[in-house]
Amino acid sequence: MAATTKKHARRIAFPYGETAAHAPVLANWLVGLRTEARALIADGLPSPRVEAWKYTNLQPLAERRFAVVGDVSPDHVRHAMAKAELGRSAHRLVFVNGRLEAAFSDLAALPKGATVRGLGDVLTADPAALAGLIGRSEAVRGHALAAYNTAFFSDGVLITLDAGIALDRPVHLVFIGAAGASPVAFHPRLIVDAGAGSQLALIESHIGEAGAYWANPVTEIAVGHDAMVRHAKLQDETMDAHHLALVDVSVGRGGRYESTVLTLGAALSRHEIVVRLEGEHAEARLDGGYLIGGKQHCDNTTRIEHLMPHGSCREVYKGVLDNESRGTFQGTIIVHKGAVKTDAHQLCRALMLSKGAEADAKPELEIYADDVKCSHGASAGALDPLQMFYLRARGLDEAAARALLVEGFIGETIEGIADEAVRGYFAARIAAWLALHAAGPA
Amino acid sequence: MLEIKNLHATVDGREILNGLDLTIGAGQVHAVMGPNGSGKSTLSYVLAGREGYQVTEGSVTFEGRDLLALKPEERARAGIFLAFQYPVEVPGVASATFLKTAVNAVRKARGEKEYDAFEFLKLAKAKREALGISEEMMKRALNVGFSGGEKKRNEVMQMMLLEPKFMVLDETDSGLDVDALRVVAAGVNAMRRADRSMLVITHYQRLLDYITPDVVHILSRGRIVRSGGPDLARELEAKGYAGVMPVAAA
Amino acid sequence: MCRPLARRRARIGRKGRPMVERNAEARAADNAAQIDALVNEKYRYGFVTDIESDFAPKGLSEDIVRFISAKKNEPQWLLDWRLKAYRLWLSLGPEEPAWAKISYPKIDYQDAYYYAAPKSTGPKSLDEVDPELLKTYEKLGIPLAERAALAGIAVDAVFDSVSVATTFKDKLASMGVIFCSISEAVREHPELVRKYLGSVVPYADNFFATLNSAVFTDGSFVYIPKGVRCPMELSTYFRINAAKTGQFERTLIIADEGSHVSYLEGCTAPMRDENQLHAAVVELVALDDAEIKYSTVQNWYPGDAEGKGGIYNFVTKRGACRGRNSKISWTQVETGSAITWKYPSCILQGDHSVGEFYSIAITNNRQQADTGTKMIHIGKNTSSRIISKGISAGRSSATYRGLVRVLPGAEGARNHTQCDSLLIGPNCAAHTVPYIESRNPSAHIEHEATTSKISDDQLFYCRSRGIGTEDAVALIVNGFCREVLQVLPMEFAVEAQKLVGVSLEGSVG
Repeated sequence: MAATTKKHARRIAFPYGETAAHAPVLANWLVGLRTEARALIADGLPSPRVEAWKYTNLQPLAERRFAVVGDVSPDHVRHAMAKAELGRSAHRLVFVNGRLEAAFSDLAALPKGATVRGLGDVLTADPAALAGLIGRSEAVRGHALAAYNTAFFSDGVLITLDAGIALDRPVHLVFIGAAGASPVAFHPRLIVDAGAGSQLALIESHIGEAGAYWANPVTEIAVGHDAMVRHAKLQDETMDAHHLALVDVSVGRGGRYESTVLTLGAALSRHEIVVRLEGEHAEARLDGGYLIGGKQHCDNTTRIEHLMPHGSCREVYKGVLDNESRGTFQGTIIVHKGAVKTDAHQLCRALMLSKGAEADAKPELEIYADDVKCSHGASAGALDPLQMFYLRARGLDEAAARALLVEGFIGETIEGIADEAVRGYFAARIAAWLALHAAGPA
Repeated sequence: MLEIKNLHATVDGREILNGLDLTIGAGQVHAVMGPNGSGKSTLSYVLAGREGYQVTEGSVTFEGRDLLALKPEERARAGIFLAFQYPVEVPGVASATFLKTAVNAVRKARGEKEYDAFEFLKLAKAKREALGISEEMMKRALNVGFSGGEKKRNEVMQMMLLEPKFMVLDETDSGLDVDALRVVAAGVNAMRRADRSMLVITHYQRLLDYITPDVVHILSRGRIVRSGGPDLARELEAKGYAGVMPVAAA
Repeated sequence: MCRPLARRRARIGRKGRPMVERNAEARAADNAAQIDALVNEKYRYGFVTDIESDFAPKGLSEDIVRFISAKKNEPQWLLDWRLKAYRLWLSLGPEEPAWAKISYPKIDYQDAYYYAAPKSTGPKSLDEVDPELLKTYEKLGIPLAERAALAGIAVDAVFDSVSVATTFKDKLASMGVIFCSISEAVREHPELVRKYLGSVVPYADNFFATLNSAVFTDGSFVYIPKGVRCPMELSTYFRINAAKTGQFERTLIIADEGSHVSYLEGCTAPMRDENQLHAAVVELVALDDAEIKYSTVQNWYPGDAEGKGGIYNFVTKRGACRGRNSKISWTQVETGSAITWKYPSCILQGDHSVGEFYSIAITNNRQQADTGTKMIHIGKNTSSRIISKGISAGRSSATYRGLVRVLPGAEGARNHTQCDSLLIGPNCAAHTVPYIESRNPSAHIEHEATTSKISDDQLFYCRSRGIGTEDAVALIVNGFCREVLQVLPMEFAVEAQKLVGVSLEGSVG
């Protein structure tokens, strides 16, 4: 409800587009996309005057100057890989500063009808395989940050599942950020095409090894009729990193997309998800948890569009804020005309452990159909003193009581991960954070 | 075991306890009865150390130690247990997890060996079965969605597992039907021992039919106005509070 | 303070039974009967009063600002303030704020009159008011002659750009209460006006408030002295009559330490094909232990079923809880206007101060409403409560937009927000856009929102008991709005319940 905005203040100048090395261009359809993206980034980054970026100021990113990505020693990679140990078998691809490292990857035999390939190879050998899968939606093509990815991506992954194929192991993508003295930037592009009735578990570990870098992944997922994609992401970048991710998902009739995002790292991060429920009875579950401290800034932004009848979605986002950190949640649920019998529920809660922290939320409902059930809830506050007293009256000291309550609060956000080992992998990261943070004074 | 002298306490600036004296010896069961607003719950919270319950005057000594100087968890580890009138709901924290954490915290403070998960489950199983608590309930978030009876049985189970020296039962009978009351009282009675004392706070005499006190006190306007044997409770039941109070206090 | 209320009071008066003594059952039956009678009624306040008026020349310029100020014999400081506002407004474009979910053709600010006043007005007693004006208010249900006036309610009647009459002034004055037009207050109580005008809504606040600061013509002024509980409800009745005229009133209410006032506001306008602009500013100031309750029934002409005509209602309302333990409570029933853009807000500066916002917004046909509140927590242990009920029908759109902001120093702040939307028919829209910003860990904020359609089961149940569909809708919607209706002053509540039924007329097959 600010006074009128001035147009010139809606952009932050960012010369990255002029200086970054040109990415390979091998197919005509890609030239068009790259040109479109270049036009979009010509003006720079969106400022907080742009409503979608109201709570996240990209000025720190704009002030960075990036060097060309160099080589990283295998010792660094091995060290980082310790944090990517899932505790179960998986098809694994490892990217270091955005580039696929075949030596650390492990692609066991895939069933017929399934492919998991490095995008760099696909671009060189078989670009036609990507036609129609990249830049499919306006949400990606018009996105101010995704445009940098579209203009500069050179690696990533392409996963395709034919109709009815169910992978018995998850696909585990490990992204290691390891910068030297100068910041680097990388723009991985992840493409998933899950055919009718197929099933996929996709896990991402973003592990910060060293230095300041900008990770700018864009993921495009097509969930076919009656297909199911379970997506879990751990973001544990270095405290100097900027991590800005966009995930664009379309879900066909009877399909289901599940997402769990756990944010621990990065100085500045945003995980944005756009889901279009394009067929009847399509479903989405989006959960997110973040645990941040210092001066970290974490932004979770979601948009779920109900386009057809009988769709449903459930969203639970919870954040724990220590020190002078800032957490923001923007969640929009749109029910388009005719999308009757939609059932949508969204919850966002922030738990503030410290003076100086800030929590912002903008849970938004935009409804154009009458026969719907939509709701959202939001809350922000500290630990409940009565709960603390109850636990202490049973002999727990303050730190133990606080850790137990915080764990109980945030635990809900990873309950949706179906695979027990993977859930344990996420839970262990939460426990490690709590050991560092919850013990401190309130 | 517990000695309360001239206790004055305020809540939000209002004086609720107003010179309360009470001495409870080892192995004794005392009942404090009083009408609404007499200060019963304030007494229990002051003993357990809840924030916002300000002691302005007087002292509470527990086994020779100044109880009021201790944090809530230190009191619990010293052997004080408050069975809450309204057990607090704690979403996201499973009952079993909570119990194990609490039991081990108290055992550690006593210099006893901490239980591993297996030992704890075995121990808890015996206690919960005696109280008719299902295994499923142990997996649910602490007190969340529990019925009134389930919450109270859960409190008594915690008490059995923590093995306190001094128990404060705050209106433990409220919200219980007769059958549940019997189960809960049996659990409490099973804990009576020569070296364990109890303060039973209640509005009605009903609970005292099941847990027989050694001494009954009447609390009014923040102080004990009359004390007597178990008969006092029955007299109260017959005559009401107005009938049993000394003229000056009524 | 709309018309049927008065009729109702008069009728009850004849029966000699004060409303408060009637039991709830009788009232419910009465309400149902009234809803019944009103179901098929069109907008009933759409007539035009034929009266000779003074107009300023059409259009907006520095000269017009000077004209308005001169017309009111204003002191230099006020003219200077107006001019500062006007120059700022010019520099804004004129570019209106674009963030609200409303759309309308560009407003031509030069194609309107900024001052229109019945020729016969002036500072005079009620007996001298033009009979045509008295008749108009009679017709609207607001008899201004005190012998016929509503017991317990003092009224300031604003007709186009000027206040034409204020009732019960003398009675109120005997208690030290000042209730008059703001023009009169500028003359009679300049020290109070100068101290508080623009202190809650500065002239640079937003596009429409800036415009209002430049060209406001009249409005009400209230001052309740220390420790006084205002003995009657104070009320302003706004009427736009002249064609092509904007209404820019400014209301200022000051509740001094320990005082209490309940203020009611009602609005209507003739049916015209053109859109007319209403850009008001309301400022409330509550000092230590003071309480202001501000209730609005907004029933400006909403335009026809095709969206032709109707009032553009761009209003800035804000209250400052400056004192300890002060309280400001906004209650609004928004049924009129083609476009409503309005966010009655509370700045909770004083420790332990309380802000409340209770709202019913009903849109039908092509109406658009983007309304809500802002609660800014600054002082310690401040609390706020928001209950918003939006009902959209036809091809209309209703948006709740609200901000709850807790600043770092607001230890122990509390907010609870409940925000429900009801949709009637497949072509309407309902949006919920809350902003929640907390910068203090001891603050506790809770927000809940739901959107659903009117339940088929409830409708069927009512109908199987013999209640017609439209009556059933009115009944169910009234139930949906209950939490807000019950905080309205009794005189308004009945009125508002009827409006709910009338506003939704034709919304269900």
